[in-house]
Amino acid sequence: MKDVMIRPELCMGCRSCEVACAVAHSESKSLFLALGEKPAPKKRIYVECSPDLEVSIPITCYHCENAPCVSVCPTKALSQDEITGVVSHNPDSCVDCWKCSMVCTRFFPLYQLILGTGCWTSSMACNYGIISRQIEAGVKCDLCQDRELPACVEACPTHALLFIQR
Amino acid sequence: MRQKEYEKSIDPASQIMLRKAEEENIETAWDRYEKQLPQCSFGQLGVCCRNCNMGPCRIDPFGEGTEKGICGATADIIVARNLLRTIAAGAAAHSDHARDAVLTFKKMSEGGAGSYRIKDEAKLLSLASEYGIPAEGKSREEVAAKLADAMLMEFGKQNGPILCTRRAPGSRLRLWTELGIEPRGIDREIVECMHRTHMGVDNNATHILLQGLRTGLSDGWGGSMIATDVQDILFGTPQPKKSTVNLGVLSRDKVNVIVHGHEPILSEMIVEAAEDPELLKLARDKGAAGINVAGICCTGNETLMRHGTPIAGTFLQQELAVITGAVEAMVVDVQCVMPSLGELTGCYHTKFMSTSPKADFPNTVRMEFHEERAYETAKEIIRAAVENFPNRNKKKVNIPEEKQECMVGFSAEAILNALGGSPDPLIEAIKSGAVWGIGAVVGCNNVKITHNYGHVNLVKELIKNNVLVVTTGCNAIACAEAGLLVPEASELAGDGLKAVCKALGIPPVLHMGSCVDISRILVLSSVIANRLGVDISDLPAAGAAPEWMSEKAVSIGAYVVSSGVYTVLGTVPPVLGSQAVTALLTRDLNSVIGASFAVEPDPFKAADLMLEHIDGKRRALGLSSGR
Repeated sequence: MKDVMIRPELCMGCRSCEVACAVAHSESKSLFLALGEKPAPKKRIYVECSPDLEVSIPITCYHCENAPCVSVCPTKALSQDEITGVVSHNPDSCVDCWKCSMVCTRFFPLYQLILGTGCWTSSMACNYGIISRQIEAGVKCDLCQDRELPACVEACPTHALLFIQR
Repeated sequence: MRQKEYEKSIDPASQIMLRKAEEENIETAWDRYEKQLPQCSFGQLGVCCRNCNMGPCRIDPFGEGTEKGICGATADIIVARNLLRTIAAGAAAHSDHARDAVLTFKKMSEGGAGSYRIKDEAKLLSLASEYGIPAEGKSREEVAAKLADAMLMEFGKQNGPILCTRRAPGSRLRLWTELGIEPRGIDREIVECMHRTHMGVDNNATHILLQGLRTGLSDGWGGSMIATDVQDILFGTPQPKKSTVNLGVLSRDKVNVIVHGHEPILSEMIVEAAEDPELLKLARDKGAAGINVAGICCTGNETLMRHGTPIAGTFLQQELAVITGAVEAMVVDVQCVMPSLGELTGCYHTKFMSTSPKADFPNTVRMEFHEERAYETAKEIIRAAVENFPNRNKKKVNIPEEKQECMVGFSAEAILNALGGSPDPLIEAIKSGAVWGIGAVVGCNNVKITHNYGHVNLVKELIKNNVLVVTTGCNAIACAEAGLLVPEASELAGDGLKAVCKALGIPPVLHMGSCVDISRILVLSSVIANRLGVDISDLPAAGAAPEWMSEKAVSIGAYVVSSGVYTVLGTVPPVLGSQAVTALLTRDLNSVIGASFAVEPDPFKAADLMLEHIDGKRRALGLSSGR
């Protein structure tokens, strides 16, 4: 199946993906009309700043079935709810080993970036903070099932988000 | 997903050129638009601020993220400030154009610009009297010199009044004074916009927007009006005449010179130089049958209105004209000239000549223009074009057949003349309902709307419902291309308007000039309002800019609405990120200034909005209001 791949080195931090995501998950699917909708449409992607890496990273989680990140996590910091399928992260148990990133299509390029720069101080914890926020908001990335391309990928002016075969 | 030609333009000539562009792998504005999609949401909503270097800041339109910029500016403040800067840029463009026209006029009066002379003495004298300049016992040049100085003063005044605002009905003027938006000086208002939008100055959306209205007024009743007046003195006040429009006006066997941009100062000389016997002989020596000058955008409208010089196209046809492969010289001055012409002209033999000391573009031949040797420069330009004729590659030439006759030249003076010297016949026709109202339809092209689709359909709907349309700018050219500027077009009008047009021998759509000539519409509406003893906002009239794109159009919108005319915009201005600003522009302004904006991209629905507005105004005046 195809999935979103994040290339943080190309992200300009414009947050176009965030707005496009919210509009794609609005009633009207139109930027101008979505503004007045109640409840306000919610985004499933968050652009976070990673100061150590000096990049901004659009972060979003698909909460895959049999999530590979959960199965490789050595400290069980990542777990998946058997009924809802939601992946959650317990920062207290996380040791920043990055194993999860090696098996996640979305984060693999970030992992490569860290390998390349040797900047191991940038923590995955902030990324998982986002994922926890998605869980709180009761939303998750659905890859925009009704669209040819996920809205975030289409909106990204620098192709920092790709939609590729995983 | 690539757009088809018919989705890009409704004009057959343009569609042919778009196909040629595709075959030749030539990029146009439509291709670049597709590459820009989707466009930045923050930009579209106006919630991005780059006014200080703590930023850039932007506001999350859905309220989940940041609600304030670093300085604490909310979406309302950011949107209002951005809008004010846009108005300032538009007013600056019109008014700086006016300044150059007045400076040429001044130089002419002092004998320093021998190529120019006073063409309309009656207008000179009537303006002199309006500006309080005694003319008795003085030469025309002396009067002109004094008038030029008085006009230049309007730019630098600190406390007003801008004299032309006195042409507005008294009630309107009083309203401006009460609201504190009577402009004090053309340059002052523009400078103040830049000051107010600097970090940490004006941070109240309503307060900011009032300055926007004042700056707009300094354009419409200041810069633009002065430009129209002074150009009429120098080049003649337009009178009805016939001409032709569309890409088909380009010639197969003559040297084609396109004048494009917004000022008539140089193009007037080019039109003259194209008839120079020496250059015509050179053209014959080079194998050409003559020299053909054609216009694009408002430089084109200026020469069309005064000389009947044909027009090759609207704003979005500037690239298509070059793609015909038959243009020897694309001569540009200022405003609405795409920098893409540099690369594009390189694909053909076309010489791209920039002439304004203010405006250069990529890959141009510089032909900088100064009034002192205006005619000489024009001759050099024509000579370079003629010498380029043998380089035309016949294999690359494809000129569409389409060209359309049109009747133009309806200055306010010409309209009043056609009515027999007084607005009364028109007022009677409005009272009887034969003419249901007046629609002022103006503005640009914009790739967001199929080229000319908005313009032509809106105007057709209006005349079908007996609304007499006055037009300027690219709307005028679009209507001309669609055959709406001929007396026979009255067949498309409702019965009442049709009869009026036939009696007067005029088209149902009157071409009033370039975009600075929207000032002519203001003057005409003042004449009608004054005659009726009402304010402009009481008239059964409405405005529209169906395909607007430029900052000038935003300034125009500001002064048209401040003058009391309800205005429908065809493309969405970048203000929706603020509910307060949106509500003010589309609703609350009405109770303050007697008019507001509406946004409606569908030209048929836009016409309905205008008609409903006109119905309401007729009802309020006690005229029949059931269509």
